[in-house]
Amino acid sequence: MTTLDGTIGSRVGIRPRAVTVGIVAVLGTAVISVLTLGTGEYPIAPADVVRTLFGQGTAAQDFIVNELRLPRMITAILVGMALAAGGAVFQSLVRNPLGSPDVLGITNGASTAALAVVILGGSSTQLSLAAMAGGLGAAALIWLIGGRHGLHGYRFILVGIGLAAILTGISGYLLTRGVQMENARAMLWLTGSLDGRDWQQAGPLLAVLAVTLPILLLACGPGLRILEMGDDAAAALGVPVGVLRTGALFTAALLVSCAAAAAGPVAFVALIAPHLAKRLTRAPGPNLVPSLAMGALLLTGADWLAQHAGRPLPVGVVTGIIGGGYLVWLLTTERRRGRI
Amino acid sequence: MLAAVLMLSIGFGARFLAPGEVWAGLTDPSSQYYRIVHEMRLPRTLLGLMVGMALGLAGTIMQALTRNPLADPGLLGINAGASAGVASAAVFLGIGTFYGYIWFALLGAAVVTALVYTVGGGRSATPARLALAGAALNATLYSYVSAALLSDSQAIEKVRFWTAGSLASADFATIVRLLPFFAAGLLIALAAARPLNALSLGDDAARALGTRPVVIRTAVLVAVTLLCGGATAACGPIVFVGLLIPHMVRPFTGPDLRWMLPYTAVLAPVLLLGADVLGRVVGSPGELQVGTVTAVLGGPLFLYLVRAAR
Repeated sequence: MTTLDGTIGSRVGIRPRAVTVGIVAVLGTAVISVLTLGTGEYPIAPADVVRTLFGQGTAAQDFIVNELRLPRMITAILVGMALAAGGAVFQSLVRNPLGSPDVLGITNGASTAALAVVILGGSSTQLSLAAMAGGLGAAALIWLIGGRHGLHGYRFILVGIGLAAILTGISGYLLTRGVQMENARAMLWLTGSLDGRDWQQAGPLLAVLAVTLPILLLACGPGLRILEMGDDAAAALGVPVGVLRTGALFTAALLVSCAAAAAGPVAFVALIAPHLAKRLTRAPGPNLVPSLAMGALLLTGADWLAQHAGRPLPVGVVTGIIGGGYLVWLLTTERRRGRI
Repeated sequence: MLAAVLMLSIGFGARFLAPGEVWAGLTDPSSQYYRIVHEMRLPRTLLGLMVGMALGLAGTIMQALTRNPLADPGLLGINAGASAGVASAAVFLGIGTFYGYIWFALLGAAVVTALVYTVGGGRSATPARLALAGAALNATLYSYVSAALLSDSQAIEKVRFWTAGSLASADFATIVRLLPFFAAGLLIALAAARPLNALSLGDDAARALGTRPVVIRTAVLVAVTLLCGGATAACGPIVFVGLLIPHMVRPFTGPDLRWMLPYTAVLAPVLLLGADVLGRVVGSPGELQVGTVTAVLGGPLFLYLVRAAR
C-alpha cells in the first residue's frame, strides 16, 4: 500500500507527523484561498465565496470568483506545488538544503531564455516553451559538466553556481537590449508574478503535474530516500541508481521550468517549501507530499500578502523577501550543525 | 601588455584609431582626434584600469584570506550587495548621481561582505560553503533589486545599463570621485600582503610572527568593501575578474602575495579592458557590456577550475 508521503506502507509504515503536516498545510491553503478569492475590487464574504465555489452564488459572484479570480488562485497553487516538488527532488539528490534550483542555475536558465523571448516580442506560448527549454538545458549542462561523480558532490553545486553567474550576465545584457515598455514587462516577469494568470497558464501546468507527480511519487520517492543513504547502499538494495538520478533530475527541472513559464522565476519557494516540510515531518527523503502541500500554502500565502501590502506587489517580491530572511537563518543554523 | 591593451581600448570605437593616431590624440591638442580621445575614450579606459585593478586585488586578497580558490567578489554576492544599495538609493531616495550611489554601494558591499564571511563560517569556511552562502545571498539580492526597480520604470531605465556591468558611462568626474576610495583600498591591500602571507601559515604562526589576525582580517574586509563597492558603484556588478586573475598570476609568482598583488594590479586591468574591447568589437555597431563578456568568458574557466580541483 502506498501512503501519503510516498513510502511503501508495508515496509516503512504511515508517518503520523507527515500526515498531520500535510493536512494542516492543505487546510491552510484552503483557508487562504477562500480569503484571497474574496479579496479585490469587489470584496466577497468568505461564506459567499464557498457558496459560489459550489455553484450556489449569484451570477455576479459566480463571474468574479469562478471566472476572474479562481484561475489565478489555481495557478498559484499549481506553481507552488511544482516548485516545491522540483525543489524537494533537488535537495534530496544534492543532499543539501541549499541545493535548490534557484541556486543551481535551473531557474536562471528558464528565466534567461524567457527573457530573450520577451525582449524579442514573442508570444506567451513561445515564452513558455523557451522557459522550459532553458531550464532543461541548464539542467543538462550541470549534469554533463558536474554530474560525473554523482549529483551530491560539491562539484555539482559549484558548477550550478558558475552556470547561474554566466546566465545572470547574459540576462543583464538582454535587459539592455529592450525598449522601455518591454523592459518593464521583462522585469515584472523576472520577479515572478501572478497578475492576469488564467487557464492558459494553469492548464499546461496542471497537465505536466498530472503526468510527472505520479512518476515522482511512485517511482522516485522511495528510491530517492534510499539513495540518500549512499549510492553503494542503494545499489545493493536494488535501486537503479544512475537511471533514478538522471530521471529525477530532469523531471524536477521540468517541473521548475514549467512553474517559471507560468509565473516567472518566483524566488525561494523551491528552497523553503521542502526544507520546511522536512523540518516539520522530521522524516528522511524528499518528503514529496508534505512538500507539495507546503509549496501550495507558501505561494497562496505570499500571494495573499502581496495583495494586501498596501499597494499590489508581484508575488515574487514577497517570496524573495521572506526567502532572504529564511535563508540567512538557514545558513547560520546549518553551518552550526556542520551540514553545509 | 597593459600598454598594448590601453592603446587598443582607446583605439576601438565608432572609428578605429591606429596607435599613431591614438598617440597624436593623446598628446597633440591640434589633432582631430584630441576631443574623442580625451572626452570619451580616455575616461573609459582609465575607469577600466581602476575597476579592473580593484576587482583583481579584491579577489586576490579574498582568496588569500579565506584560503578559498573560488572566492570572487561577484560570486560571493559582494557586488550584488553594492547593487542592492544602489538600487535602493535610486528607487527609494531618487538618487541618480554617482556621488550619491557610492555611499550606498559601499554600505551594501560592507553588509554583504560581513554577512557572507560570518555566515560562510569565517576562518573555518570551506570553499564550497562560502560559495553557497554567496550564491544564496546573490539570489536574494537579485530578487530584491528587481523588486525595487519594478516599482519605478524610470529607475529601470536609469540603472539597466548599470546592472549589466558597463564602462560606457565613464567620465572624469566619476574617476576623480572614485579615486580616494580605490587609493585607500589599494593601500590597505598592499599593506596586508605580508601579514596575509603570515596568516596563511595559521593563526598561531601568524601571531608568533608578530601580526594580529583579527586586525588583519578586519583590514582585508574593509579593503574588499572599498574596492568592490567603488567598482560596482562606478560600473555595475562584474563577475569572475577577481576569480580568474589570481589563478592566472599564481603560476608565475607563486603564492607570495607580495609578488601576486603587483602582478594582479597590472594583469587585472588587461583582462577587464580586453573584455571591454572585445565587447565593443563583437557587439558592434552597439556593444556587449563588459560584465556580460566577463561572465561569458570567465564562466567556462570557472567551470574548468571546478572540474580540475580536487
